[in-house]
Formats: sequence, C-alpha cells, structure tokens
Amino acid sequence: MNKLKLVMVGNGMAGVRTLEELLKLAPDMYDITVFGAEPHPNYNRILLSPVLAGEQTFEEIVLNDLDWYKANGIDLRIGCKVVDIDRRNRKVIAADGSEVAYDRLLLATGSNPFILPVPGNDLAGVIGYRDIADTEMMMETAKTHRHALVIGGGLLGLEAANGLKLRGMDVTVVHIGSWLLDRQLDQTAGQLLQSALETRGIQFRLNTHTAALLDNGEGRVCAAQFKDGDVIPADLVVMAAGIRPNTELAERAGLACNRGILVSDTLQTFDPRIYAVGECASHRGIAYGLVAPLFEQAKVCANHLAQFGIGMYKGSVTSTKLKVTGIDLFSAGDFMGEEGTETITLSDPIGGVYKKLVVKDDILVGACLYGDTADGGWYFRQVRERANISEIRDHLMFGENTIGDVGHQGQHSTANMPDDMEVCGCNGVCKGTIVKAIQENGLFSVDEVKKHTKAASSCGSCTGLVEQILISTVGGAADVKPKSEKAICGCSDYNHGQVRKAIREQHLTSMAEAMAFMEWRTPNGCATCRPALNYYLISTWPGEAKDDVQSRLINERAHANIQKDGTYSVVPRMWGGVTNAAELRRIADVADKYNVPMVKVTGGQRIDLLGIKKEDLPGVWQDLDMPCGHAYGKSIRTVKTCVGSEFCRFGTQNSTQMGIDLEHALFNMWSPHKVKLAVSGCPRNCAESGIKDVGIIGVDSGWELYIGGNGGIKTEAGEFFVKLKTAEEVMEYSLSFLQLYREEAFYLERTVHYLHRVGLEHIKKAVLEDAGRRQALHARLLFSLSFEQDPWQQQSATPALRKEFERIPVVLEETTR
Amino acid sequence: MNWLDICALEEINVLGARVVAGPKGDIALFRTSVDEVFALDDRCPHKGGPLSQGLIYGKRVACPLHNWQIDLESGEALEPDVGCTHKYPVKVENGRVLLALTTIGECA
Repeated sequence: MNKLKLVMVGNGMAGVRTLEELLKLAPDMYDITVFGAEPHPNYNRILLSPVLAGEQTFEEIVLNDLDWYKANGIDLRIGCKVVDIDRRNRKVIAADGSEVAYDRLLLATGSNPFILPVPGNDLAGVIGYRDIADTEMMMETAKTHRHALVIGGGLLGLEAANGLKLRGMDVTVVHIGSWLLDRQLDQTAGQLLQSALETRGIQFRLNTHTAALLDNGEGRVCAAQFKDGDVIPADLVVMAAGIRPNTELAERAGLACNRGILVSDTLQTFDPRIYAVGECASHRGIAYGLVAPLFEQAKVCANHLAQFGIGMYKGSVTSTKLKVTGIDLFSAGDFMGEEGTETITLSDPIGGVYKKLVVKDDILVGACLYGDTADGGWYFRQVRERANISEIRDHLMFGENTIGDVGHQGQHSTANMPDDMEVCGCNGVCKGTIVKAIQENGLFSVDEVKKHTKAASSCGSCTGLVEQILISTVGGAADVKPKSEKAICGCSDYNHGQVRKAIREQHLTSMAEAMAFMEWRTPNGCATCRPALNYYLISTWPGEAKDDVQSRLINERAHANIQKDGTYSVVPRMWGGVTNAAELRRIADVADKYNVPMVKVTGGQRIDLLGIKKEDLPGVWQDLDMPCGHAYGKSIRTVKTCVGSEFCRFGTQNSTQMGIDLEHALFNMWSPHKVKLAVSGCPRNCAESGIKDVGIIGVDSGWELYIGGNGGIKTEAGEFFVKLKTAEEVMEYSLSFLQLYREEAFYLERTVHYLHRVGLEHIKKAVLEDAGRRQALHARLLFSLSFEQDPWQQQSATPALRKEFERIPVVLEETTR
Repeated sequence: MNWLDICALEEINVLGARVVAGPKGDIALFRTSVDEVFALDDRCPHKGGPLSQGLIYGKRVACPLHNWQIDLESGEALEPDVGCTHKYPVKVENGRVLLALTTIGECA
C-alpha cells in the first residue's frame, strides 16, 4: 500500500509532539519528512533558561535524538529552511533547492522574537532569546563582555537576566511597565519580585522606553539610549519584549493569517491539506506562546491526521511559572482580574508571599502565586474544571493541601527540599531522582514521572509533591490536568466521563462492545482500563452486562486479599462488628485446621486470617460458614459501630442495629472504590463516623449524616450532609447517596474526591432536594444489588469456578507427541 | 524435547492462567485472547509475585503485587522496570496444552 506523504515544516516541540501522537495512533499511515531550520533535533525550548543559568546542558534538554527520527523512519532535514510552498502541485521548496511533495503539510514554524523598531537594532550583539544559537551567543558574550541589557521585564526577560547575571555579567533590565511581570502580578507582588532579583545584583529601569542602540564604531552595540536621554553601556542587548508568530512562509503561500496562521478546531488552515500547530497558529484569535496548549493542539491535530476524527481543539487554559531557581512564581488562567471579577488577595511582603485568586460567578478563573506556589497545580485544576467554589470560598486561599498527611516527613512544599530528601515513602524515591528523570527524559506529566521513577505509583500520597516538582522543573508545560480531562489510559483517547457516557447512551453491555465502539487501540486493554470498564458496564447495566471476571484484579477474582508471599488473607463478615461464640469457634477451628500463621483483629471490627494458600480458600470459606467480608474489593467494606443505646450509658440511638441493617442492605455492593461506613450512638463518635464515606452520628433528636470522610493517606473529615429523624430515612438517604456515587464517580475515585470534583451542592440537589430522584436512586441501588450474591457461597456452590483455585500437578511421564 | 501433557486448553480461561506444580517450583500457564499459550516461572523478577494471578492483556501480564508488566513471549519486564523471568516451551496440539520442563534462554 502506498503511504500518504506528510511533510512538516519546523522541528520544534509542538510539531514533533504532533508526530509522536500520530505515530501512536497510526504508525504506518505516512511517509514523514521534517524540515528544521535549526541544526539540532527537537529539544525542550522551555529549558533554555536553566541552560543559560548553567543548571543544565544542551545535551540534557534534547527531547528526541537523531536515533528517534531514524527509528521512526522520519526523513529529517536539519539546518534546512523551507522557503516556499507550491500549493497547486502540493510540494515544498527548500532553501537548498530541494523539493518534497506532500499529501498533508504540517506547519509548525513557531515564532520570532519581537525586535524593537529602534535605530541600531541590527547591530552585532543585539539578539532575541529564542533558540540554542541565541543561548550560545549569550554564554559566549558573557565570557568576553561585561554589560548586558535585557529589554522586557516579562518571564523570558527575567530568566535571561538571571542567567546572564549568573554568568558574571552586569545586567540591567528595562521595562516599559511600572512593575515587573505586569501581565502576571499586581504592583505589590511585582515589587517583591524586584527586590528579590535586586539582591541577586540585577538592576532595573522601569517606565523606561529604549530610544536607540549605539554603535561602537565597528558595527557592534556598545550602549543603549533611553527616551529620557540616559545612556548606559551595553555590549549585549537581549530583546525579550514578546514574540510574533512566524507566518512568513504561510503568508507567501497565500494562507489566511492574522497574527498567526488561522486554524479551525481541527487545526486545519484555509487549505484543508495544510495544518498548523504551535506558536505559529492562531486559533479563535489566540496564538499561544506556552507549551501546554501546544501539546493539546498536537493531540487533536494528530487525531485528525490519523483520520480518527473525534478530536476537537477548543482552546486552552494556561499556566506559567518563572524558571528562576529560588524564586517561586506561578500563575494560571485569567489572573489579571478584569471587569466582573472578584479578587481574593493574601499579601505578606515581609514573609515574601503574595497570592491572588480571581473569581467570577462563583468559579475560580485565575490564580497568581508568588513565594508559595505549592497549591499551583490544585488552583490550575479548579480553573480548568470550572467547579463552583462558593462552598469552599472561605478557605480557598489556603489551598487544598492535596498532599497526604504521612510518608514524607510532614513536608508540604518541595521548594526547599534538598535533592536527597525522600519524596515517595513507598518506593524510596528522592527529589533529585525525580528532577533528573523529568529533565533527562523530557517528562511533562505526573503519570510519566510515575512510570519512569515509580514515585507516587503506589499509595499516591506524594502525588501533590511530585506535581510541585514537575511544575517547578518544566513550568507551565507541566500537564496537571484533572482526571476528568485525562484519557482513561494509553489504550484510548476517551476520558472516564466520556467512557461512562458512551456506555450509558450507546447501551454497551460487554467489554468487547465497549472497546469496539470507543475504538480501543489495544486488543484487550490493559490492567488500568479493564477493571474500570468492567465496573462501568456492570454498574450501568445491572443484570444485563455480564461481569467479566478476567478483567478484575486478583483480589476480586480470588475474593481474598493477596499478600506479599502470594498467600491470601480471609476476612469473614461480621455484621456491624457483632459476632458470637459459634462464629469465633469456627474461626478458631479454621485457624487450626489450615495452620493459619496469623489471626488479627482489623480496623473494621472483624477478624483477619492471614497467610492462607490459594488452593485452601474454598475449603476455608466452607468451614467458616460465614458471609464474605469483601475486605479485598472496590466494594462495601464494613459498617463500624459503637455499642449504642442498648448498652452504653451515653448512647442516644441504637447505633449497632442501624449499622447491622445498613451492612445487610449494602451487602455485595461493588463501587468505584472501597466504601466504609460507621454509625455512632452519640456525638462522642466512638465509631469514628467523621472519617468514613458515609458517617452517621446518633443524637437525641435523630441522626446526623456526614459524607466524604476518609481516614487513609490524607485524613479528611466528612462534610455534614443532612439531619434525619428515623432509621428508615437514614437507610434511604445513605443508599441514595451511595448510588449517586456509584453512577457518577470515576473508577478509583473515593467519595471525598468525587465530592470535591462535583461539589456538595450537586449531591444535595440530587439526594436532598428532590424526593423523587432520591427514591429513584435508592430503587436503582436495590435493583442492582438484586443480581449480586455472596461470592464465597457462589464459588463453593459452582464447581466450574473452583478450578481457578487448583494447581495442576505434573505427571512426569512423557507423551509421544 | 520431552513434552508433558498438562491439561485441555479449555481448562485455562481466556485471558486467564493456571498454575502447574513443577518439580522446581510453580509454572504459570497463560492463555491470551487469541488462544496462544505461554509458560513462565510463576515468579515476578521484582519481588517474586505470582504472575499467574495477574491481569492478562495482549501478550503481557501485570504482576498482582506491584503492577510490573511482564512480556509473556520473552519473560522480560517492560520499561522502565528491568528484570526477566524464565520461560518454558509450550504448545497446543489437538486442544491439549503441552509443556516441556527445560527453561529456554538465560535470565540474569
């Protein structure tokens, strides 16, 4: 089959990322030719500043080395500029006279620095700050010359100034605004930043316009003159006063441009064979100059080039980070606070902390943080998710503190962590290891960091710290998208919400149907997507979708909890934590009969038999003759209770019975993640209802319901949900909430995270305000549970299911075959 | 090669595994969605997890203990993890799964 010909002009981050995405989707569709004007393979342009500052080398910031192009069969022509496009004959013409024909053309020509129209702007020693050549020239000049002038007090200008200063030059920054980063910061924060940089020896001239650059008589710049008449020496002038999309080639080819090559939501120009991505493209009137949006464009463009046709680019919310070591600055979204917005500000000039949050119609639309940027990722997610913040407005400023409470020595900010400090307590990964992996492998997301370093890949409590390290290393390019926007895994482009929607709307009832409809790229998914899909199928279509046992992880297949040595732990159910002499005797007999090495009381008020061999499980279940405890599943776990009014002299309600009834009602319930309940008989709360998915506290006049509590990685107190009078109401409201969670939460999303994502208001509306909806939810849960049975009994009663538990003995006699 | 008749193909679930009690330890038999059968030592090169208990997809298995991904054909761990587990010759003939007890290739 003849492949289509794809030519790409521009060998930068946006273009090459598009190729990477395309190769993932359709590795054999195109013969690819790439033209790059620079004599380098694709490198991480955003890390030029650390290179200039001497913190990294050029080799370290290469993202795709020459071998990568070779391995993917890409004809790479570096140091070769394309000078014309012949659209009629569909070919590009390069400066060396060579011509290459295309079926599809991808323009990724990037941008050029804006060069001020002042006399002397063409002298030697006057440069933009854009690429490796510029950086090299700055590093060389620093060795031989003394005075540097940076024009522009924005992010790039300040990073250049910092780098040149570290390389020993006397640096002055001129800026036409009244304070630094006047597009990001307000005056107070701008001044904080200025004093921090002044202590490093950088000088500033604000409200200053450059009038001319002066010749030393040999064609090299020697000084700069300002409009107020002042003249200062300058052997090197770096123009960092903004960028302009590089549309020269596109305009010559007659493509519509207006401050960028105009592109549609599928990144096509006015000539549908020609695509444009990155800084050269103008989408809905915006030409992005940051990396994260370019990556989003790359994904959509690749999707379209691969003829999948489901991707649409709708524009991006952006975030930025100043990459000057030791100075923390982060901004996201619309942080300027325009008309119709409200701003919440925290200003501590002495402590060097400034935070500004911009709110519009109860939605966080922007954030700017200086000094303490630990919550940057969280604010950015809030901005992207457009969640209603009215409920959390009073503590919004203090961040979410998304980091777990334990496992990292109480550190909540990585800024001051030494490189050898452990970030991930599960896998023993230090900060330095993570930074190195991010830089050397060109990582942009926490998922990639997890894959390369194992950090945050076990319990996940350090995810927030890893995210901070990622943001401080690659800045605004860090992909900190919320789970709601991320693809479920590498097998598909669908995110969790889209998967749920497709399953519901298309009435998909099997794994095969679901994967076929959503165009799964792998034949049978992976260990991430299959358990999720299986849950979505059986929870959406109870009784219709068949539980796909092979898509469950081992614990839910063996109905026991696998231990490090491959043995299992068995936890029989004790309703409400209540047991009796007969059960205890049977447990003791089982412990004897099967030589159980450890018998332990669990935190969920029941008994754990540890170290049981897999082949003994069916026998153990049969001998115990007790219901399955589901201590292993993404399912109902336990309902913890106190003794309540039947025995306790303080008890106001019969919490034990309430717990037993709830546990019976929820028996066999599968859910997005584990679910734990507790019922206490009085506000002393001995059953610890405050840290349960559903926590119930008896008071003299009835019951209080709390939801979304969590006692694990990060202690989260449940939110007060409703006060009820009767036990029947407690049952209906609890079950309704749990069914809403089952229907709406993403797989592996605990109630607390679900609640934070959708907001308490949303849950109240569904369960409290509308009795009809509540009863329908309640009925749907009961319907769903009507198809479930005790898995232990099921396994014992069905001989065919038991073979999974038997080992095949080897008969050492040879066959003749 | 000395082939041992182990079981009928049908006795291994599709995308499932069975454990064979070998003379030198357990051997895991895996069946893919297209009815290929692979045999590996039932020990993950990481911490010895029983690979037979993992989730199987494509020609890979994810270890049930820490989610290392092992290639069923080569026995090698997938990047970024490094390690390998012994593989055994196995074939399906007339619906029967035949296994030889000699490991193939070298594992560090």
